[in-house]
Amino acid sequence: MTARPRRLIRGTALVGTLALALTACSSTDDGGTGGEAVDTASVLETGGEITVWAWEPTLEDVVTDFEAAYPNVTVNLENVGTGNDQYTALQNAIAAGDGVPDVAQVEYYAVPQFAISESLADLSDLGASALDGTFTTGPWGSVRSGDGIYGLPMDSGPMALFYNEEVFTEVGVDVPTTWDEYLEAARAIHEADPKAYIANDTGDAGFTTSMIWQAGGQPYTVDGTDVTIDFAGDEGTSTFTEVWQQLVDEELLAPVSSWSDEWYQGLGDGSIATLTIGAWMPANLESGVPAGAGKWRVAEMPQWEAGQHATAENGGSSLAVPAASANAELAYAFVEYATAGDGVQTRVDGGAFPATTAELESDEFRGKEFEYFGGQQVNEVLADSAANVVEGWQYLPFQVYANSIFNDTVGQAYVSGTTLTDGLAAWQQQSVAYGNDQGFTVSE
Amino acid sequence: MTVPAPVPASAAAPTVTPAPSTRRPGPRLRTPRPGTGGRGRKSPLLTVLTTLVLVYALVPLVWLLINATKTQADLFSSFGLWFGDSFALWDNVQATLAYDDGVFVRWFVNTVLYVVLGAGGATFLAVLGGYALAKFDFPGKRGVFAVVIGAVAVPGTALAVPTFLMFSQMGLTNTPWAVIVPSLISPFGLYLMWTFAAEAIPGELLEAARIDGAGEFRTFFRVSLPLLAPGIVTVLLFTTVATWNNYFLPLIMLRDSSWYPLTLGLNAWNAQAATAGGEAIFNLVITGALLTILPLVVAFLFLQRFWQSGLAAGSVKE
Repeated sequence: MTARPRRLIRGTALVGTLALALTACSSTDDGGTGGEAVDTASVLETGGEITVWAWEPTLEDVVTDFEAAYPNVTVNLENVGTGNDQYTALQNAIAAGDGVPDVAQVEYYAVPQFAISESLADLSDLGASALDGTFTTGPWGSVRSGDGIYGLPMDSGPMALFYNEEVFTEVGVDVPTTWDEYLEAARAIHEADPKAYIANDTGDAGFTTSMIWQAGGQPYTVDGTDVTIDFAGDEGTSTFTEVWQQLVDEELLAPVSSWSDEWYQGLGDGSIATLTIGAWMPANLESGVPAGAGKWRVAEMPQWEAGQHATAENGGSSLAVPAASANAELAYAFVEYATAGDGVQTRVDGGAFPATTAELESDEFRGKEFEYFGGQQVNEVLADSAANVVEGWQYLPFQVYANSIFNDTVGQAYVSGTTLTDGLAAWQQQSVAYGNDQGFTVSE
Repeated sequence: MTVPAPVPASAAAPTVTPAPSTRRPGPRLRTPRPGTGGRGRKSPLLTVLTTLVLVYALVPLVWLLINATKTQADLFSSFGLWFGDSFALWDNVQATLAYDDGVFVRWFVNTVLYVVLGAGGATFLAVLGGYALAKFDFPGKRGVFAVVIGAVAVPGTALAVPTFLMFSQMGLTNTPWAVIVPSLISPFGLYLMWTFAAEAIPGELLEAARIDGAGEFRTFFRVSLPLLAPGIVTVLLFTTVATWNNYFLPLIMLRDSSWYPLTLGLNAWNAQAATAGGEAIFNLVITGALLTILPLVVAFLFLQRFWQSGLAAGSVKE
C-alpha cells in the first residue's frame, strides 16, 4: 500500500532473518488444500478466529463490518509495524514456526520474495483463480508468480503528477506533459525562487524503479530462481537516467527525503511543487498537508515521448495468506471480502485507492469531487492511469533487500560526484552478489 | 523515537562542576576531594568547554519542550527552536492521551510494568549476585568473573533474534514475559554491584555479625543491605533507563500492540505518517516523546543525590 522511503537501519536484521527463512522454508510443503475452491459461505458460517497483520488504516472498518456480517468469525487485526518492520516480524515468525498470522499485508514489491520462499499459500487452490479480470492488470500481475496467486490486490498505486497549481501560476509555466517539459519547468521554478524546487529526491528505490518501469525498462527478469539484473543495457533505464541526471546535476531537486517532516512542510509552503507518485496520495495530502488545501491538482504523469499515455505502479499492497496459517480457508474468505467483496467500498469510503476494475470504472468513483483539489474529479485521472500501466515489469525475488541498499549505491549520485548510471551499476553488482549468496542463479 | 537527551544532561551534571583543586597546576578533573576546600582556580577554557557540552546536551530537550507546544500546522511553519503562533501544549497532551482510544496510556502502563518487574528484578538479582561474588569465596570465581565481563561486552541487540527463537519454542513470544525475562539479566549491573559490595562492606563487619550469631540471610538483610543502598540506587537507575528505552527486544518479541511499550508505540505513530492513507500526527509523536521522558527526568532528579554519594563511597579511606 505504500511507496515509502525504505530506511536502512533495520536492513541488517532483515538480511539475517531472510537467510534463515529461505533455508528454513525450503522444506515447507505447499500447505494448500488442493483442487477444490473453498466454499466461502459455509466456511464463514462455521466461523473461527484469524489474526491479520496489516498497517493499512481503512482495514479497521473492514474488520468491524466483516465481524458484524459474520458473527461467528473473530478477526484480530494487529499493526505489527509498517513495511520492513512487518516483514522482519513475519520472517521471524515463519522461521520460528510459531505465531505466524493467518493474513498478512505484503507490498507488491515484496510479494515475490515471500512467494519464492514458499512462505505464502497459493490462493489459486482456494478460489482466487476465479477472480481473473476482477483486478487491474498491474496489481494482478504483481501477485502472480508462475501459475500461483500469492495474494489478492488490496490497493494500487498507478502514478500521476500531483502539482501545486499556485506555484505554476506564479512562475508562469505550463504543467509539463513530457519529461523534457518537466526539466524546463524545473529550471524555471528554481530560477524564480532559489528555495523552490519542482520535486524532492534523495534517492528512493520505489520511485526510481517505477520511473524505469514507465519508460518501458525491464532491468529485472525472473524465471523461477534464474534471475537477470541488467541496468546497463536496459533502454528504459537510460531513458530515465538521461533526463534525471540533468535534474540532479543542475541541482533542481530539493535535497529532502520523502515522508520527513521537512517534506510535509515543503508540500505545504510550495517549495516542493510536484510529486510523481501513486494514486493513494490524495488521502495523505488531505491529512498531512492541510496548508496545501485548494492548491494541489492532479494531472497525467509526464511522458517520455509526447503523445503517449504510459504509466507505472508505485506502491500498493496485497493481502496474502502465509503458508503456515492454520486456518487458511477462513483467512482466504476474509481476504476475498476485503479485496474483492463488500470490503472494497468500505475502503474506498475511507480514502483508499482500489485495485478492482469495477470500482475504477464506476461513475460514482470517477466523478467524486475533491474539495482539497479545488473540486477536481481526481479519480478520473488516477483511474485512467491504472488502465495505462506498462505491462511486463517484474520485481526481484529479493527486492526488499535490494531496496534496502539503494541509498548506499544509487543514493550516492545525489550527494557526491557519481552518476546515476554508476550508482545503478553498483546497485546491480551488490544485488547480484546477494542473490547468488541466497541460492539464486543471477546473471547480469 | 528513543530520547537519549536527558541521560547525558543529568549524567553530565556531576562532572560539569568539578570541585576546586588547589594542589597542583594540572588537576585531574574528576577527583573531588572533600576537605581540601578553599580557593577555586577559574579556567575560562574549561568554562567554555563545559558550557558547550551543557548546551549540546540540553538543546534536544529544549527543542522537544518547545515543539510539544505547537500544533501540527505550526510545526511546519515556524522556527524549530522558538514557539509558534499558538500554545497548544495542553491540547496536544490531551490529544496524545486520547488518540486511538487512549492507547498511549496503555503503553505507559506497560512500560511501567516492564520497568518495575524487569528493572526491579534485574537490580534484585544483581544485588544478590554481586554481594555473593564480592563476599564469598568459591571455586570457579575467576571463571564467573570472565563470563560476567564477557557478557558486559555483548550488546543485547545481538542476542535478540536467538532469544526470540528460544522464546518462541517455549511459547512465550507475544507475551509480557518475553520482554520482562530477558530484562532480568544485567551483567553490567552485576559487575557494578560486585565491585561496590567489595568496597562498601568491610569484611570485618560481616565477621563480627557472624560471631554475634547472625545467619547469612540476617547478615545480608540487616547489615549489608543498608550499606549497599547507594549502589542499589545506581544499578536501579541504569536498569530503569535501559528498560524504559528498550526498543529492539520488544520489537522482535511483541505482535500485539496492546502489550507495546512506549518506544514501540511512538515509533508506530511516527511510521504512520509514511504510509498511504496514514494520518500524520507529528505533534502527538513529539508530545508523546516528551511525556515518555518525563518520568526518567523525575527519577534522575529524585535519585541523583543517592547516586552521587554512591559514586564516592569507598573511594577514600575512613
